[in-house]
Amino acid sequence: MDTAACPVKTVFKRELRSYFDSPIAYVFLVVFLMLTGFLTFSVSRLYEKGSADPWPFFFWHPWVYLIFVPAVSMRLWAEERRTGTLELLLTLPFTLTQAIIGKFLAAWAFLGIALGLTLTVPLSMVLLGGHPDAGVLLSGYLGSFGLAGALLAIGTWTSTLSRNQVVSFVLAVMLSVFLLLAGWPPITDLLARVAPPLAVRIISAFSFMPHYDSCLRGVLDLRDFAYFASVIVFMLTATHIVLENRKSA
Amino acid sequence: MLEAHSLNKWFDRIHAVKDVSFRVEQGEVLGFLGPNGAGKSTTMRMLTGFLTPSSGTARICGHDILAAPIEARKRIGYLPENAPVYDDMTVLGFLRFIAEARGLSGVAGTTHLRKAVELSHLDGVLNQPIDTLSKGFRQRVCLAQAILHDPPVLILDEPTDGLDPNQKHVVRTMIQSMAATKAIILSTHILEEVEAVCTRVLIIANGSLVANGTPASLKQQSEWAGAVDMTFPENTGDLTALFKGLASCKRVEKQTQRYLLFPHAPGRLPQETTALLSAHHLSPLAFSVTEGRLDEVFRTLTTPAGKTSKTP
Repeated sequence: MDTAACPVKTVFKRELRSYFDSPIAYVFLVVFLMLTGFLTFSVSRLYEKGSADPWPFFFWHPWVYLIFVPAVSMRLWAEERRTGTLELLLTLPFTLTQAIIGKFLAAWAFLGIALGLTLTVPLSMVLLGGHPDAGVLLSGYLGSFGLAGALLAIGTWTSTLSRNQVVSFVLAVMLSVFLLLAGWPPITDLLARVAPPLAVRIISAFSFMPHYDSCLRGVLDLRDFAYFASVIVFMLTATHIVLENRKSA
Repeated sequence: MLEAHSLNKWFDRIHAVKDVSFRVEQGEVLGFLGPNGAGKSTTMRMLTGFLTPSSGTARICGHDILAAPIEARKRIGYLPENAPVYDDMTVLGFLRFIAEARGLSGVAGTTHLRKAVELSHLDGVLNQPIDTLSKGFRQRVCLAQAILHDPPVLILDEPTDGLDPNQKHVVRTMIQSMAATKAIILSTHILEEVEAVCTRVLIIANGSLVANGTPASLKQQSEWAGAVDMTFPENTGDLTALFKGLASCKRVEKQTQRYLLFPHAPGRLPQETTALLSAHHLSPLAFSVTEGRLDEVFRTLTTPAGKTSKTP
């Protein structure tokens, strides 16, 4: 009984496997790849541009994530509640924090797999004789992965709020779209009409976009990653609070 | 092995569990009885750590569920109500996950897993996805999950709910086979089950414990315990007044030629009756002393106006 494996790893393995045990994973991966491919090649016309700049490819990631990430996260806790397995999971001998981290990391790893499969895009650039900037590619991929994690953490939290996955999905999309666009002029202008300037500046400082943009420019700034990490920690803490409250409610 | 100390649970303004205390020792099978919504599941959820008590606590093999929740949970096997399991996994995959979560890996994990599978009769379905299984199998998968780490304390919330009589029998046999080495709590509202497997019964109504004793001692509380049931030939006159004169007789019920004599307390009534019968040269067609009835005790204790006993 004392050769305890790491509980986070145990939860992580089960959760990640559960994606691939059902058709969900394959449907998601195919849709994700088709969507990024379509937007990159047909809308941004990456190929016709004849340049090896990966910007048109990364540009679309936040918008694909906007739908894709909540679709991955919505089941995380809502499904456990609906089927009652939450009771099973939370009475096993590990802490709530370990369960939350294990499940979150599994979903993030799944997003990482999806993102990893898009490496065919830069690969095709190289095969076609282009020389994409390795630094930009690296920081772009890291930024994209960080952004996915932050959006996922939001979806993780919203999936604890209801046992209905649709509610969780819609809430996550709304929160995500707000945080993606919070720094965007049309939104800040709208906010400026109802809120004092300081509040507008604070809200727009929460936006994902400036941090993601700096990654796309090939700048590996620790502050951007600290930002994504702090969003993740904050949302997972909120997840913990909601689940803990439900226990003692 | 398990001690609950004045457990209380409030849901907003509803006092769902009120000051519940009890102990369960090794070798005991404690039947947790009560109407739906009486607080059985809530109590079990507090013991297993799924809900936090509003006040009070419990100790599992000496480990406090609030101060040392992980140590306490390690010693519990829990079958939640409706036997939730991860549907998309195979039986084997699911049990491997539980083994790992219980810290059982490698050889130890395989040994435990094999034993649980054998006890729950799951050999034939190990590689099937759980969502293709019938309710009886799902229940057994969840039971296998609960006993996998051979816990000293087993908490089973309605283990036979929704099963057919054969499946119920299998589950009861499993419980009995494990009873000697464990402390078992099971909730149910099937009274025959209590008589079949439990060594002690707790009855809970509106969140409070209203009875705690062996099934036999509870039956003694029944109005039917030691009552006399007689039927006389057609031409016998009315004997009600005669029987009412017996010292131990509390009440007489008459249905045509059948008489039911209820005692003040189980004991002397049958002898007194036979003495009276021979003194008056009366010979009934049928004469029997009834046992106490758990369902009647249950009804009396769990309903405000439960004092309505009907003849069968």
